[in-house]
This record gives sequence, structure tokens and C-alpha cells, in this order.
Amino acid sequence: MESSDLQRRYIDFTSTLFREGFLDSQYTQLQQLQDESNPEFVTEVVTLFFQDSEKLQDDLTRTLDQEVVDFKKVAAHVHQLQGSSARFSTPPMRSLCIGAQRVKNVCMAFRICCEEMNREGCLGCLQQVRQEYFLVESKLETVFRLEQQIVAAGGSIPLMW
Amino acid sequence: MERPLFSVRAEAFPAGLRVLVVDDDPTWLKILEKMLRKCSYEVTTCSLATDALSMLREQKDKFDIVISDVNMPDMDGFKLLEHVGLEMDLPVIMMSIDGETSRVMKGVQHGACDYLLKPVRMKELKNIWQHVYRKKMHELKEIQTHYNNEDINILRYGSEDLDDRNLTDGITNISSARKRKDVDYKEFGDQEFGDPSRLKKARVVWSVDLHQKFVNAVNQIGLDKVGPKKILDLMNVPGLTRENVASHLQKYRLYLSRLQKQSEDSTSGGNMPSDLINNDNVANFELTSSTNMQQCSEHTKHVGTSENLVPGIIADAHIGDIKKIVPVQGIESEKGLISDSPISQNFNNVPRLSALFSFKGMTPGIEEKAREPTTSKHQTLHDGAPRMQCMHYPGQGNCGMLDDYSYLSSSDQDHQVSFNLCSSSPVISATVTNEKDMKDLSEMKPVPTDQRNAHFAAIPQVACMTGSVSLQIKHGMVHSQDAGAICKLDGSPNTKGCSTEQIDNQECFPLTCEFSPKSEAELDSLPGDLHLCSIQKFGCFEDVGFGGAENFQDIISTPDTQVQNDWYISSELNNDYLYETVDYPLIDECLFA
Repeated sequence: MESSDLQRRYIDFTSTLFREGFLDSQYTQLQQLQDESNPEFVTEVVTLFFQDSEKLQDDLTRTLDQEVVDFKKVAAHVHQLQGSSARFSTPPMRSLCIGAQRVKNVCMAFRICCEEMNREGCLGCLQQVRQEYFLVESKLETVFRLEQQIVAAGGSIPLMW
Repeated sequence: MERPLFSVRAEAFPAGLRVLVVDDDPTWLKILEKMLRKCSYEVTTCSLATDALSMLREQKDKFDIVISDVNMPDMDGFKLLEHVGLEMDLPVIMMSIDGETSRVMKGVQHGACDYLLKPVRMKELKNIWQHVYRKKMHELKEIQTHYNNEDINILRYGSEDLDDRNLTDGITNISSARKRKDVDYKEFGDQEFGDPSRLKKARVVWSVDLHQKFVNAVNQIGLDKVGPKKILDLMNVPGLTRENVASHLQKYRLYLSRLQKQSEDSTSGGNMPSDLINNDNVANFELTSSTNMQQCSEHTKHVGTSENLVPGIIADAHIGDIKKIVPVQGIESEKGLISDSPISQNFNNVPRLSALFSFKGMTPGIEEKAREPTTSKHQTLHDGAPRMQCMHYPGQGNCGMLDDYSYLSSSDQDHQVSFNLCSSSPVISATVTNEKDMKDLSEMKPVPTDQRNAHFAAIPQVACMTGSVSLQIKHGMVHSQDAGAICKLDGSPNTKGCSTEQIDNQECFPLTCEFSPKSEAELDSLPGDLHLCSIQKFGCFEDVGFGGAENFQDIISTPDTQVQNDWYISSELNNDYLYETVDYPLIDECLFA
């Protein structure tokens, strides 16, 4: 495929992601940080994001599975989740979003459940979190694939504003 | 890392700003590091708050600014913030995903200069240098005020007519001196801005530590046999010159002799504390208010901070043990400090007050400081500073001055102390450090007794070379409407000469400390950086004996309009007194005229 085609596809796809709340200007910032000295920066960050979120989800599952749930711990984990997803999205609320922003929304609900010491609620939230993360991961993977293809085709990755 | 040459840095600023980033999330650390590097800053990252603190402690001069996350596993971000503010006095920026107002407020209360929301934008990071600059500006301003005070000293010194001296004159002098200096200041500020850090290296600051070494050395050698060279050798402080020691010694000697004279002349009910003269006894006036006043926790000796302060006013009221840092607040027992007990005893109590005031940003800083309410170290003064009460006079029952040492509560009125010591009123050199001070001074008469609005006008830190008390008022923002403790440092007859010649050595300068107790509620938030190191060489103090201490006690005392007025007046008179060995009775008269 020609790089221009790829680029167009890329732009289309990422625009959608932006619209849907998977990505936002934070992602652009990350892209801007990437340069010759650190060509894989964005990839690294995203990879780390995936790893962290997996670990966090596991931790959460484990914590919620306890006989006596330590809600403080759960809240701390949730906070971390929010933090990691914030790497890509901004706090301001957006309606209709899927993806990192949505993860954040779920996290908010999650926090409330923690405060209320509502275990069922937490479990429900955790489920949602998983789903959201799964979605985000797949979308981001697509983005990367496209990026790699563009670069392979000799083109440059367009920055989304 | 090595800092580039001054000139190079000056041109490059803000590039090369040395930032320490603390965040438990490694990915964020990565992102932030990259962003900061893009801003041409020098970045050091750290994922543990404890590591960060130790890094900062080891090399105090290594960083210009700290950015920290709020939620960290090993230590709360706010705690780290407090520590950094107290110990290193660096600007700290907080970061969090959580942007709730209450959190942000908490951050500001604990002294953060800014609170950023994650994800952080490049443009926000680009501007963090403003916090560093701002701080430096304040320091400069304080130095300037210090010069102003010096001028005031000279003015006073020149005056022959004690009797005619009155408050107005004093104020006039001060303001004219200040005006004159304002012009200079601008230039000064411009020059110095280039490399704010350079400011730190300009003078010899007789910090508490340093002075302590000095005193130890002197005691070891024996006052009669002592000589600058011997002291210098014993002290073994790199960078200290024989000249520094010599001038400091001179002041110290004068101080001692005044104390002695004081004790001889004292007519008061007699508690001339020979203790006063006794080095080891006196006071540590260290008012330490920690942010967490209520728990009386977190006192850090900020002896080290004197470096940061550059000019530190070292009020050398005491001779001896400057190091006690006692939590000012929350210690009800301290109230008892000022009681009818003999002065010497009071003095012992005095140490309880440890306040390190670093005068950073005096008035000018006030607006700025206003953004850092309360808890910041700057606020410490408010904390407990009780109002200064009038100096007591022998026979006058109302030695309001010594009121509560424990600023804690303004309700402690127990001072009838025998501060007779001071037949000469305790130090009171009203050195208004800035316009605001001036205003405060003039307000002193009416003295609104509103503790809530304490304003602390602190005299800029001018390190008293005599290594006395380092009144390092961290945050110039204490507005105390109540009496200000105007301490005049350096009462040697040679002051005139000294002050002019030794500006570089940072003579002690009159320092106006006006402390007002803030409401109890605020005590909590006090940053707690009030180290009022011994107020040694106060010119006035010397006369007063430990009047200085008393003075501070006054500071702590509750507001007392009347007292304040008197106090102020007496201090005024005292100032003049400083340079000449005026009869005490004369002063008494004038004071209570």
C-alpha cells in the first residue's frame, strides 16, 4: 500500500478514535515527544500502559475476591488505573466515549462503589473496566499497526490535532 | 551535576532549570521526563518520595524545583511537599489526576506553588520556571529591605537627641530610607536575577549552626584569650575568613559586655538574669511552628536553611543554644513560659519558642505569598506569633511583652514578668521592612487586636554576622498588627562602622518582627518553619539583656494595644539607646512618658 493511502486510513481511524474518546490531545502530545532520539516513544508508553493495566486488573480482581475486601486498596488501584489511562486522555468529561476516557468514567463509578463499600458494585465496575480496557487495547493496537505500516511504506505519521 | 558558570546560566535561564520529578508511576515519570527535557530543563526522576527527600537533603543546592505526584505509596505527596518546603525551601508543584477543589486547596495549604492536573500539558511544564524566579525575587527584595534597615541603623545612630526621637521620626526615616533603596533595588534585582542561585553565595551567613560553632570555640579557648585566628581554626569551617570571624567576635564581645552592664544596672525587681549573660543559658528563641502545629511535629532545624535564605537575620539574643527547636504550638505548657518567674527562668522558657523566620518575600512577596496561604512555611509566623507585648519596665506591671511565649494562645496574659531586665525595653527596633511593615508600624498604635489578621512583617534576612539569632522568617507574610517585635540587632557602639563596612558580612539589622497569633485553627496549617534562632546581638537586646527574648515572648503574647504602643515607643527609644550607653533611667522615663 502506498504511504499516502496508509496515511489517509490512519487519519480516518485516529479521528474516529478521537471522536469516540479513545484518544485525545494527550496522545498527540505523546506523539510530539517522539523524535529521532526516541523513535519508539509512543509505542513504549502504550505498551507500558497495557502491561500496567493488566496487572492492575489482576490486582483488583484479587483484592475484590478476598473474604474481607480492603476497599482502600481497591480505591488505590482504581486511582492507579485512572492515572494510567490518563496518559492518553484528559480528565474533562466527554460524552459518548469509549476507550481511555470511558475507562476513566468507569473508574469514577468504581471509586464511588469503593467509598460505599459496595462489593457487588465494585465487581460490576471491574467488569466494565475490563471491557473498556479491552476495547482500548484493540483500538490502540490498530493504530500502531497502521503507524508501522506507514513508516514501512516510507511515509511519516500524521499528527492529529 | 555541575552548574555552569554564572554568566552562562544567566543567559540561558530558564533553560537548564534543574527539576526533580517524583511519581510512583514509571510511565508517567517517563512521559514527564521527556516533556521536561523538551523544555530544555535538566531532569532527575524518582519514583519514591523517600528517595527524593534523601536526594534533596544530600545536595541542597542541586535542584531548583520539585514536581511531585500527590498519591504515592510510600509517602503522601503533601507530606513530601511540607518537608521540602521546610527543609529545602524549594518551590514544589503538585500533580494529580484528581482535580477536586478540596485537593487543590490542600495542596496550596501545604505550600505548593502550583497544582497541575494530569495529563500534564507541555505548555504547563514550560512555565514552571516562573515559580523559581518568583522565589528569587522575594529573596532579593528581602535583601533589599535588609539594606534599608541598615540605613535606618545609620540614621539612628547618627541621631543625638534621644528624647526627641519619636515614633514618627522613626517611621519617616524608615520610609525614606526605603524609598531610597527601592531605586537601588531595581538595579540590584536585575543584576542578580541572572543567576538567582548566585545570590546564595554572596554573603557569610551567621547561621545558628555557625554561630554555635563560634560560641563553642570561644568558650573552649576562653573569652579572655580568644583571638580570631584561634577561633577560625577551631571552628574549621571552610570558606570562613579570619575577617568574618574577627568582626563577629567583636560584635559578640560587645554583646557580652552590654549584657554585663545590663545586669549591673538593672534596677528592676531584680531578676537580672545573669543567666542572660551566660551563654549557655539563654535562649533559643526558636519558634518553630510546624505545619502541623497541633501535633507539634515536624520541626526541622532550619539551620541549613540559612543558606537558602541568604540573608538571614540572625538575632542574637541569646547566647548559647540556639538549637532548640520547640514546637511552638500546641504546647499549652508553653504558655507558662511567661510568668512571674524570674527572668532567667523565662529565658529558659524562651527556648521553647523556636521560630525560624526566614524573611522571604516580605511585603512584595505578600501578594505572592498570598497565594500560599497559611501552611506554607511562610506562615509560620502567624502561627504563633503572639503579639508582641510591651516591654516591661521595671516596676511597671504591665510587661505585656512577655506574654505568651507560646503564641499558642492569646489568652495567656501572664506575664508580669520580671522582665525587668530590660530596663531598657527590649529590642525594638522597628525596622519596617517594607511598605507594609511601615503600615503595620503605624498601625501599631491603634493596634487592632485582631489576631486573625496577623501580619508579620519580618525583616529580611540579613544574616547577622554575629551569628546570633537567625531570624529567618521564611515567609515574610506575617502581618502582625500587634506589636511588632522590632529587634535591633547589633548593638555595638561600633555599629555604625560595622553596618556600613560590613554589609557584606551581613550585619544584623534591625528587624521588625511582628507576630500575631493567628487563630488556633490556622496553627495547623502553619508550615512550621519558624526558627527564631537566638536573638543575639540585638543591639537592643544587649541592653535589654534578654529583653530580646522577652520581646519574642511578646510576640507571642496576646494583643494588647496599649502595650504595643508602649512597646513600640520604648523600642524606638531603645534603638537609639543601642548605640550609646544611655542611662537606663532615661529610657525608662521616656518610655513611659
